[in-house]
Amino acid sequence: MVSLKELAQQEEKFLGGHRGCAGCGATIAARMVLLAAKEPVVVGAATGCLEVISTIYPYTAWNIPYIHSAFENVAATMAGVEAAYKAFKKKGKISKEMRFIAFGGDGGTYDIGLQALSGMIERWHRVLYVCYNNEAYMNTGIQRSSATPYGAHTTTSPAGKKIPGKLQPRKNLTEIVIAHEPVYAAQSTIGYWNDLVTKVRKALDADGPSFINIYSPCRLGWAYTPEKTIAVSRMAVETCVWPLYEYENRRYRITLKPKEKKPVTEFMQMQGRFGHLFKWQNDIPIKEFQAEVDRIWERLLKRSVEGSEITESK
Amino acid sequence: MIVARTGNEAMAEAMRQINPDVVAAYPITPATEVVQLFASFVHDGVVTTEFVPAESEHSAISACVGAAAAGARVMTSTASQGLALMHEILFIGAGLRLPMVICLVNRALSSPINIHCDHSDSLASRDSGWIQIFSENTQEAYDSTIMAVKMSEEALLPAMVTTDGFIISHGMERIELVDDAEVPKFLGERKVRYSLLNVEDPITLGALDLQDYYFEHKRSEIDAMNHTLPIIEKVQKEFGDRFGRYYPIIDEFMMDDAEVAVMAMGSTGGTTKVAIKRLREKGKKVGLIRCRIYRPFPKEAMLKTITKAKVLGIMDRADTLSTLGGHLYSECRSILFESNKRPLLKNYIYGLGGRDISIEEIEAVFDDLLMIHKSNKVDKDIVYYGVRGE
Repeated sequence: MVSLKELAQQEEKFLGGHRGCAGCGATIAARMVLLAAKEPVVVGAATGCLEVISTIYPYTAWNIPYIHSAFENVAATMAGVEAAYKAFKKKGKISKEMRFIAFGGDGGTYDIGLQALSGMIERWHRVLYVCYNNEAYMNTGIQRSSATPYGAHTTTSPAGKKIPGKLQPRKNLTEIVIAHEPVYAAQSTIGYWNDLVTKVRKALDADGPSFINIYSPCRLGWAYTPEKTIAVSRMAVETCVWPLYEYENRRYRITLKPKEKKPVTEFMQMQGRFGHLFKWQNDIPIKEFQAEVDRIWERLLKRSVEGSEITESK
Repeated sequence: MIVARTGNEAMAEAMRQINPDVVAAYPITPATEVVQLFASFVHDGVVTTEFVPAESEHSAISACVGAAAAGARVMTSTASQGLALMHEILFIGAGLRLPMVICLVNRALSSPINIHCDHSDSLASRDSGWIQIFSENTQEAYDSTIMAVKMSEEALLPAMVTTDGFIISHGMERIELVDDAEVPKFLGERKVRYSLLNVEDPITLGALDLQDYYFEHKRSEIDAMNHTLPIIEKVQKEFGDRFGRYYPIIDEFMMDDAEVAVMAMGSTGGTTKVAIKRLREKGKKVGLIRCRIYRPFPKEAMLKTITKAKVLGIMDRADTLSTLGGHLYSECRSILFESNKRPLLKNYIYGLGGRDISIEEIEAVFDDLLMIHKSNKVDKDIVYYGVRGE
């Protein structure tokens, strides 16, 4: 359990004044992840929204050491930083405890950065990789990624007259990461701050690679009004579109089970990116989406041991 | 200590003595033996390096960038496709002004897939902001690897030291090693002004740099490269003073009275020297200009050197696929533009994909150049030497 009071007393590591949109989910994710860190942190970011909006020279929103190199290589870059830290520690040139966090969007993680992420985990670098997942390439103009859900409109999977958005379901990156058997892996979202902060602390305490896939709604790409970011994020959990769970000690645990699993349409109707599906000639795309969500949720229930739910402090 | 070493072994020995903080590498096809030799040093506890056996060359050089930004002394080794895969990050390493060294084995780029020597890999990355040093032999590769660390750290620019694939990399030669204890003394500790690991004084590295600032920052990087030759000269002198082997920026061989000269890089320099000795015995006034430091290009010194000859045959082991011939050829033509003294130039593209170049073939090049000298006329400006059907 983390107390809000404790978090409020932390020095801000990701500062205001950046160029994020009103209602930006990615920046909420970055700020919360860093507030959770107790030790000094060195951060890397992949090319993407978070990088672009936080470091327009001569300004920076990062109150901690930060590096950006390229799109596909934040995991490898931070592996190098961590290797240097280990080398200096071994030689007695550094004694301070530090933590290393790599931030990548879903494009930089699910797609172009997947190989580097896999390598980072397999080589057992003690880096927390955070995917701020907004389910498309928002920085470059809302193109589809392999994280984009079934049926969603993006500029490269447009809602057309013949094809209603993206025809493929999402890649299950969290499961791909878990297949590497890292020390810690989890899915969380910005709408449940306690769930997220608790998971970040576990991940940073893990003596090895860790990964958190943070569902971070994008008001622009998902087409909703800025004040709804947290509500959309929570609805994703209540509909099981984005289950909150963790993988720790080689066991699954669902960290928040919705009291009543709502239909995916309640999530979809909040966003313009699914709007065309409700006017489509049939309900097949919506049913496909629901079926996919159900299948993954059922599988997760089977995999997870019955554990205590994290209760939200009000 | 006098030992017999291949080029790969010699570079690995240099890396062992340098004992970098971090080495990150990947064995793309064609892989270089340098890394596996170095890995055995790591696993035998001979070095204290953190070795990152990356899952690609792209990640290897990315890890090098991260480690160098954290203040580490960093090295890697690659060849051919591996350098091509690193291409994107080469520019980032240089743009972030991070010192690091690549031991590069020059091998042909695909397609067609080959694995043998030519210079297409390093020359394709000539504009990436890296210092490029071409070695004539194993001794020079070994010495240059040690020197490159110092050059790179003083210039705050990354550096690559090359050997000709198979010809040097796999060829065994007699070389003299510096004493193990002398290398760290020569190099000293890396002086780090800004480090990612300095959490008390955080830096933002790799910021988004738009129209207002990008040009100034790029200009300062260009300026750094423009001021790197004196650093290279200084380090080469320090190395010579300490270990007795002095290296020039441009290696001139029998150029004082040469009427006709060949220009080359890498091991062809050595082959050409033998050809020159033979021709000198016959009274032919021939010489060699070996471009050792290719980046930064030694513009003034090169102009002075090439204008000594009346006819210059430029041997390029790569082509620019641009109608302009080879890299050295088009660059030398460019620096001659404003000179009132201009040798006749002929470009010989040779040895692509590891096609052998013999002493006799270089003698024939000199015969060709001597004919040009006599007739004062270049029949054909760019020829593809040693290829069928030419």
